[in-house]
Amino acid sequence: MTMKERITASFKEFGLPRLIITGFLVLLLIIAPFVGSDLPTQISNIINRFSWNGILVLAMVPMVHSGCGLNFGLPLGIISGLLGATLSIELGFTGGLSFLMAIIIATPFALVFGALYGWLLKKIKGGEMMIATYVGFSSVSLMCMMWLVLPYHSPNMVWGLAGKGLRTTISLEGYFDQALAGIAQINIGNISIPTGTLLFFALLAFAIWAFLHTRTGTAMTAVGSNPKFAKAAGINVDWIRMLSVIMSTWLAAIGILVYEQGFGFIQLYMAPFYMALPAVSAILIGGASVNKASIMNVIVGTILFQGIVTMTPTVMNNIIHMDMSEVIRIIASMGMILFALTRKTEASR
Amino acid sequence: METNGAPLLKMQGIKKDFFGNQVLADINLELKAGEVLGLCGENGAGKSTLMKILFGATDIAETGGYEGDIYLDGQKVSFSTPFEAIEAGIGMVHQEFSLIPGFDATENILLNREPEKYNFISEIFGDRLNTLDRGAMDERAREAVDKMGVAIDRHMMINTMPVGHKQFTEIARELSKEQLRLLILDEPTAVLTEREAVALLDSIKSMSERGISVIFITHRLQEILTVCDTVAVMRDGVLVECVPSSETSITQITKRMVGREMNASTSQREIRNTEDSKTVLKIEKLWVDMPGETVRNVSLDVKEGEILGIGGLAGQGKLGIPNGIMGLYEAGGRVEFDGKEIPLNSPRVCLDSSFAFVSEDRRGVGLLLDESLEWNVAFPAMQIQNKFLKKYLGGLINWRDEKAIREVTEKYIDELQIKCTSSKQNAKELSGGNQQKVCLAKAFALEPRLLFVSEPTRGIDVGAKALVLEALRRFNRESGVTVVMVSSELEELRQICDRIAIVSGGRISGILPADSTTEDFGTLMLMGVI
Amino acid sequence: MKIKDKINLRQASVPIMFIIICAVCIPLSGLSPKMLINEIITRMGRNSFLILSLLIPIMAGMGLNFGMTLGAMAAEIALILVCDWQIVSVPGMILAAIISVPISVLLGVFCGKILNRAKGREMITSYIMAFFVNGIYQLIVLFLMGKVIPIKHSSIKLPRGYGIRNTVSLLSMRQKLDNMLAVNIAGVKIPVLTFILIAIMCFIIIWFRRTKLGQDMRAVGQDMEVARDAGINVERTRIISIVISTVLAGLGMIIYLQNMGNIATYTAHSQIGMFCIAALLVGGASVDKASIGNVFLGVVLFHTMFIVAPRAGAYITGDSMIGEYFRVFVSYAVITVALIMYETNKRKAKSAASMRLKEAQESEEMGESSQADA
Repeated sequence: MTMKERITASFKEFGLPRLIITGFLVLLLIIAPFVGSDLPTQISNIINRFSWNGILVLAMVPMVHSGCGLNFGLPLGIISGLLGATLSIELGFTGGLSFLMAIIIATPFALVFGALYGWLLKKIKGGEMMIATYVGFSSVSLMCMMWLVLPYHSPNMVWGLAGKGLRTTISLEGYFDQALAGIAQINIGNISIPTGTLLFFALLAFAIWAFLHTRTGTAMTAVGSNPKFAKAAGINVDWIRMLSVIMSTWLAAIGILVYEQGFGFIQLYMAPFYMALPAVSAILIGGASVNKASIMNVIVGTILFQGIVTMTPTVMNNIIHMDMSEVIRIIASMGMILFALTRKTEASR
Repeated sequence: METNGAPLLKMQGIKKDFFGNQVLADINLELKAGEVLGLCGENGAGKSTLMKILFGATDIAETGGYEGDIYLDGQKVSFSTPFEAIEAGIGMVHQEFSLIPGFDATENILLNREPEKYNFISEIFGDRLNTLDRGAMDERAREAVDKMGVAIDRHMMINTMPVGHKQFTEIARELSKEQLRLLILDEPTAVLTEREAVALLDSIKSMSERGISVIFITHRLQEILTVCDTVAVMRDGVLVECVPSSETSITQITKRMVGREMNASTSQREIRNTEDSKTVLKIEKLWVDMPGETVRNVSLDVKEGEILGIGGLAGQGKLGIPNGIMGLYEAGGRVEFDGKEIPLNSPRVCLDSSFAFVSEDRRGVGLLLDESLEWNVAFPAMQIQNKFLKKYLGGLINWRDEKAIREVTEKYIDELQIKCTSSKQNAKELSGGNQQKVCLAKAFALEPRLLFVSEPTRGIDVGAKALVLEALRRFNRESGVTVVMVSSELEELRQICDRIAIVSGGRISGILPADSTTEDFGTLMLMGVI
Repeated sequence: MKIKDKINLRQASVPIMFIIICAVCIPLSGLSPKMLINEIITRMGRNSFLILSLLIPIMAGMGLNFGMTLGAMAAEIALILVCDWQIVSVPGMILAAIISVPISVLLGVFCGKILNRAKGREMITSYIMAFFVNGIYQLIVLFLMGKVIPIKHSSIKLPRGYGIRNTVSLLSMRQKLDNMLAVNIAGVKIPVLTFILIAIMCFIIIWFRRTKLGQDMRAVGQDMEVARDAGINVERTRIISIVISTVLAGLGMIIYLQNMGNIATYTAHSQIGMFCIAALLVGGASVDKASIGNVFLGVVLFHTMFIVAPRAGAYITGDSMIGEYFRVFVSYAVITVALIMYETNKRKAKSAASMRLKEAQESEEMGESSQADA
């Protein structure tokens, strides 16, 4: 193989859409100072948004590893997280403790929902992604009714007039707003680094990395790589897939809590609806495919995706005086998912 | 039988190799109009490759084409797609059905050749908007079915039909093509009941009377003698015999099919008599639902320390036996190992009872193609026996021991002479023979007491073959492991096995010592063929 | 036969469930029969054509075409342009239809080509496809219209000088089609012309099934390999099926929007695919089988539920939002259940074979032992 062939081969491997997106971000970063947008603020924004979204993207990894495909059913985990957050507040916990309690309360929900979801996916091997999407949608719309009906009373959460039914947006002021971000926060000029959140992400990312190096983690990768091989090697394929779904669901629950503590609000009702798509496209932009993903893909992908989300509005606005960020975000992220779906992933089997 | 005129088909000096691997050597064949030719030979003898060349299968062109000439009616032809072959009047009925399940027989017989009616819309938008002429379709399907001479329900949905009728639908489809002059039937009676098979033979005779030539491939030799004018026998890519059927017999055909001269390695080596050894594995009334390799009611004893061969023609069920016992396909019956019953349909228990299995489906089941050799070799041993793991927190965390994994992989790379760049190379980058060695290494790393090896030499070159067989023999001799080896190559079984069981029609048709004559094995192979 | 009955029952279970939901909710909603029937008739006229556009991809084995949204977007672009040119009433609609067709064909070919590269996961791909093209649609409507594509009238332009307003009024076309030849029976308005168009479409679909192309599509839908071996151009046939579906969805969207009387520029198409698919499934269709009967049964049942659920919900809980969320939930749940049923049925067929083998052996052993006895 000549050098040139090798370069074209690695370009092919990388994929044109991914190349365009990376190139676009690099271009934005280069242009940014010239059009008068403040680079440090931008970078600080990217880091912050990375810290909010990182774990939601990380939640893709276990299911991709076990061959269940991209977890379009992310909203299910998010609902567990929301239940944890609202119940923690309802039970009267405040401050940092309310965050810890939210995680503790969310966990059993995530385990149960994940187990049910995993059981369902077991019955529909092959059609996971489409069904996951609709399981997510159904559960979100079911919870819409539940938020209205469930007997929540905390005055900070329910509608003031009716005295019942949760509000669409709940402020976390006094609860776990910046619970992690506030820990050892570093502020230099315009840059503010949420050290606590980043460390928390690092902790979970390390845990997943470590898990993939254990016996069971190895089995999970093998199941995703070739389920027949795994079955012949005595692996209980269904159980491993179930485990991966539970892990993904739990990570999504934690992910939304981390997102909320950074964002400062709980968003209920239809808010979780389309949360899966940004996470899916982020990990794909980071270099993952439908059946391969690494922690590195998560980190790179989240930075690239959030970079585009934060940079385009300001930079584009300054260049052409049009806010095309939303449109660019949709085209880039959906184009990335389409690209991943049309690649022949089974080619080497 | 007409004998005058030029031959309908003449194949001259046909040669074919797949990447340097010669599969057909200088085949010469002639077929007159209305003549029925019976083509027989073991699996891998080159029958299907020859037919693919004649029928213009695309994978022939993709693998570099063929040498030699084909003449049809004295005209030289060369088909690059099946459609060209069909156009020239050749029809072929494959072993796998090519039918649309939700269509009835008529629709399938005329698939993509439906009579159409023009209408004003199709004038504008093109012929595909012509409506189907159901009446004419029915008429033409009826003609085809009449021509075949076997009555089938033309309005029955394919998915509710018995298998035999599906087969007849396919034949009727070929007969409905007006230009048809030569029909190739690839093991058509394999799925038929006895009565249907008789009907088919009658139908072949009537086709021949109408001047259609038939090439009839089957393992049921009696059928060939009944219906064919000429019998051609192939072996190892060579046409060993082509005689009028009146001048041959089942015994002679069998002998030609399997009859290789004993080679030195077989005749000189010791065959161990294991009759008195302890029975280590007892199989009773095993059935296995493996598509294409169904096993019915098999009982078999495996003796400790022996190498037991399981042979037979493809599709007769020999592959189903190890796959069923290892729990990869739905199975029933009773399996005892060392006097202990092994539950079926549970790969884990088999592996825990120190069985190991090298699958015939190397790329599908045997390997993690996208992972490194290290993973491939160490994975089952790690999962089943907790090898290559470092334990932390009192066994709570089982950490992959990369160093131990590399060591064991490198040991097997040396021992089995696996050609690779490093133990980190992905399995899919290796050649077939080296992949097979990785599969063996994977099984050896489990240190099993009983090893099932399925088609260990399929699709690998001669040098690698010898190495693989030698490795198996050494493993058996040095570690005292009982080996059950399944192979379609009788010669290879005779080289290393002590006893050989022959499977035919999903059942064991007999067990012979490895030094029995080829004729004896041949007879067993063809005994219960379905 | 028994198995067949079971399958029929399973397929009928969704419609039956909806009949029960409707039967419970109708009295609770407090709607007068006249109002209810009026509403249902209106919605039949509005939605049936759109739902019919789903039938052909199902026939070609490509599942539920979530990409029908593409046609809806083509229709919206056409209507916005026609609106700006101030061509009113039925001629405006006809012109919009003419403009929408080439856009739909283009999008359909694009979608079909992408789906051919994602065989086996057509549905998720067409679903993402709808989002992707929505991005392009926004690019055109929000930025290019008024800048690159000339838009004269400020009534539909955003105040900033380019881009289209959130709602575009179709007052000049509002129900013009429905009102032509409309008949009023006992206070119930029946949009006869719209129904005639729908009926013509049904006949075209029935006729289409009998054409060579229709037959090819059914063959491709059942087994691509066999169809290919028989010489059918599988890829092209699949693309054509998506193109037809997209074009029909575009025409259906024009009928839909003339009934509504305005275009919600950025949201009108986003839910249309989901509601049409849900309605079709409620009518008893499945991912691989759908008939015209399913379309109409589905429209009636789904929209009855849609009309009565909020009111019934408000009556029971005193909160109107519950009913709103309930009908959204039901729409999604129906699709989820249909998808699950489709996948599980595919797997069930496999396990039946081993049962037969076991039985065969048992009966053989029985035979052996009875022979031994004799």
